[in-house]
Amino acid sequence: MVNTLASSDYCDTYDLNKSPLFGRRPPLLPSLVIELTERCNNNCVHCYINLPRNDAKAISRELTTGEWKDILNQAAEMGVLAVHFTGGEPLLRDDFAELYLHARHLGMRVLLFTNGRCITPELAEMFSRIPPLEKIEVTVYGMQPTTYDAVARCPGAFDEFWRGVQLLLQRKVPFIVKGALLPQNKGDRERFEAWAQTIPWMEGTPSYSMFFEMRGRRDSGKKNENIAQLRTTPEDGLSVLTRDEIRYRKDMAQFCQKYMGASGIRLFSCGAGLSLSIDAYGIIQPCLRLRMPELCYDIRKGSLKEALTVFFPRIREILAENPDYLERCANCFIKGLCEQCPAKSWSEHGTLDTPVDYYCAIAHEQARYLGLIEPGESAWEVTNGRERVERVINTLLEGDTGKT
Amino acid sequence: MQELDMDARYIPSGNIVAREIEGELIIVPLVSGIGDIDDELFSVNETGKVIWDRLDGKTSLTQVVQLLADQYSVSRQEMEQDVRGFVGELLKRKMITDARASPASS
Repeated sequence: MVNTLASSDYCDTYDLNKSPLFGRRPPLLPSLVIELTERCNNNCVHCYINLPRNDAKAISRELTTGEWKDILNQAAEMGVLAVHFTGGEPLLRDDFAELYLHARHLGMRVLLFTNGRCITPELAEMFSRIPPLEKIEVTVYGMQPTTYDAVARCPGAFDEFWRGVQLLLQRKVPFIVKGALLPQNKGDRERFEAWAQTIPWMEGTPSYSMFFEMRGRRDSGKKNENIAQLRTTPEDGLSVLTRDEIRYRKDMAQFCQKYMGASGIRLFSCGAGLSLSIDAYGIIQPCLRLRMPELCYDIRKGSLKEALTVFFPRIREILAENPDYLERCANCFIKGLCEQCPAKSWSEHGTLDTPVDYYCAIAHEQARYLGLIEPGESAWEVTNGRERVERVINTLLEGDTGKT
Repeated sequence: MQELDMDARYIPSGNIVAREIEGELIIVPLVSGIGDIDDELFSVNETGKVIWDRLDGKTSLTQVVQLLADQYSVSRQEMEQDVRGFVGELLKRKMITDARASPASS
C-alpha cells in the first residue's frame, strides 16, 4: 500500500517492524518488555511462570502504579518506541488501563500479550479509541469449554476468553491468536486453525507454543516434571512446523541466511541486555526468560539507563566454561535452529552454559529434515557447516521459485 | 493543494504525540484514524521539523514563512510553498489544530 505521505517532501511513514526508523543513530533503548505481574487467572498445566491470581505475597511485592509510570517515563527519555506488556496475565492489574494510556501518551506503541479473559467492553472501547498500534496477541488454550478449561484448570475460563475476543472483534481492535499445543486440546487444532483464518488480522496459520520451558524461577521440581511430560516430541513438533510446507521453506531460507553458524564461547550472542525486560517487582533481567539473580539489576536501587549502559554490557562479556557446552554448543553450526541459550540453560540446569538435550534434539530433527545433517550425525562435529548451509539455502530458494 | 488561511495559528493536535529521539522528530498517532494503516509512525524531515517547531499557537503561518525565510536565507515564495505543503499534509492527517478554535488558546 502506497501512503500519500510516503512520497511527501516532508514526512515519511514507517512500519516499525519492517523499516529501519533511524537512519542516523538508533535510540539508546529501542524497546522494553514489562512483565506487569506473575499472577494469572488461568492455572495452565504447562506454564513456566504463573502464580495464583490472588497471591497476596506477589501482590504486595509488585511495583506500584507510580513506580511503573516512572519507569515508562525513563524509557521514553531513552527513546523507547515500543513497550511490551506481558505477565502472568497483565490485565489482572487494576491499573492496567492507566499504565496503557500513560505509555500511549508518551508516544509508545504497546504490544499486549493476554489470554483475553479480562477484556471488558470498557477495555475494548479504549483499545478501539486509542489503539495500541501493535496487534494484541491472544493465546488460545482450547476451542471449547472442556478442552480450554482442562488446560487452564479453571472452570468458566473458556466462556470469558470467548467473550473477550468477541469484544475485540466487535470493536475492530486488531489482534492475532496463538495456540498452545497440549494433549488436552489436541483434538481442537483443526477447529482452531479454521477459526483463526476468519480473524481479519491474521497473516497465515497461527503459531504454537509446544516446546515448553521449565519454570523460570526454578521454584517447583514437581511442576517441571509435569511440564516435561507435556512437551511436544521433536518429531511431532517438526510435523507441526512443516504443516505449511511452502511457508516453512520460505521462512527457513531467510532464517538460515541470517542466523546459522557456531556461536563460539561467548554466551550472549542474542539481544539479551541490549534491550531490557523488567519483572513485576522491578528486577531488570537481560531478557524476559533469564532470571538468574546474579545477572539481574534492581531498578529500585538505580535506573534504566545505568542498567543498560553500565550493568548489562558486563554481563554480555561472560564466556562459556562448561566443557560439554564448549564441545557441543560452541561449535554447532545449526545454532539458529536451536533454542539453547543461557535462559534455557538456567531454567533447566541452574547454570548458564549447560546444553539442554531437549532443544538440541529439536534442532537436530529440523536439521535432518532440511538436509543439513545426515541421520546419526551430530551437528557440532560437522566441519563444513557453512558450505552445507549455503547448499540448503539454494535448495530452499529454488523450491520457492518453483524449480526442482 | 488545500486552501490555507495564512493568518491562522496552529498547534500540535491532541490526537498525536510528537517525540524527538536522537534528533529525529517522530509523530506517533494517539487516536484511531491518523494513519492509513494501523501501525504507522511518521518521521518528519529537516524542512518539516523546522516548520513544526514554529507551530506554537502564537505565530501565524505568514509569520512562520517570514521567520524561516530570514533564518535560512531563502525566498519568501519558496518558504511559503514549503509551509503550505507541510501544513496542508498535517491538517489532512489531523495532526495539528487551529489554535483559535482550541479551548486552550488565549
